[in-house]
Amino acid sequence: MINILTFASAFILPCVILYIVGYGLLSKLNIYDIFIDGAKDGIKIVFNIMPTLVGLLFAVGILRASSAFDLLGQFLEPVLDRLGMIVEVFTLAIVKMFSSSASTGILTDIYKNYGTDSSAGMMASIILSSTETVFYTISVYFLSVKITKTRYTVQGALVATIAGVVASVVITHFLFM
Amino acid sequence: MLNYMWGIMIIIGIAVGALTGNMEAVSAAIIDSSKEAVSLCITMLGIVSMWTGVLKIAEVGGLMAAMSRLMGPVINFLFPHIPKEHPAREYISTNFVANILGLGWAATPAGLKAMKELQTLNKNKELATVEMCTFLIINISSLQLIPMNIIAYRSEYGSVAPTAIIVPAILATIVSTLAGVIYAKVMERRLVERK
Repeated sequence: MINILTFASAFILPCVILYIVGYGLLSKLNIYDIFIDGAKDGIKIVFNIMPTLVGLLFAVGILRASSAFDLLGQFLEPVLDRLGMIVEVFTLAIVKMFSSSASTGILTDIYKNYGTDSSAGMMASIILSSTETVFYTISVYFLSVKITKTRYTVQGALVATIAGVVASVVITHFLFM
Repeated sequence: MLNYMWGIMIIIGIAVGALTGNMEAVSAAIIDSSKEAVSLCITMLGIVSMWTGVLKIAEVGGLMAAMSRLMGPVINFLFPHIPKEHPAREYISTNFVANILGLGWAATPAGLKAMKELQTLNKNKELATVEMCTFLIINISSLQLIPMNIIAYRSEYGSVAPTAIIVPAILATIVSTLAGVIYAKVMERRLVERK
């Protein structure tokens, strides 16, 4: 199964690119000129994202290093216990809302300490697969067009994220506990 | 909202760090995570500009338009107020498809262009439109079908069944996206009624 999947997924990226470039060539476009032109936009985009990323990663970095997440987790432990959720998985779900790279670090720690196929490892895997970096995405997207009043976006994104986390917990209970 | 949140995160972090005697770790984190943000951006520079280049070919060649026609029914349902033939539809479709395929690096530039196009339809340039809210909520609800990156980590860390999470992950993703769509639609209806 893993072989078929890694094999198939190795095809996604090259095939998408092959299709686009092949199509452009057949349509007699100046594909290389167009590519360069487009790539310049990419550089600008990343430069515009950089300040947002520095701001968020450094705020999350402070929170993680201060052990505030651990304290919050310990405080919520009775509730988390009932859900069959360990403190690390809870921290993972919170950190994922800010930064994908920071959450990957927590995920691999959970794998190392509890095992990839333990219920904690399973729950962590499913949570990361069904949630996104809420605050990173909202700040990058809205700042790019200078919108300051975000209306109900944060609430909506949190509703979706909480639904994903709850679903992950329920599914893990049914299948892996 | 984001301003308060950001400030509170830093204040709580430093206060808790002081109380729990973790100030050294906090100091290190301030420097390290700022550095980490920039190294992440350097990785992004290459991949994102590769994608904006390739996507530009798709755009000029008309592939993006073809895709947004295929996605037409979905876009019409989610964004009934975006005019037909508006370029925002193309970028939103590209963003959704890239996310579903797990090509996150391609999704971001398309998504940012979608925001720019949605902003041209906006009367009050500081206030998010209903379309922007819906777009972001769905984008953030996680659309990726097969979590290849997580599967790769699982197999790297010795899982006997790295792919066992595929079906559960698809189920959880469907739940989160449905919740996002329902919330966005309810809020949209409320705003329209108020008008």
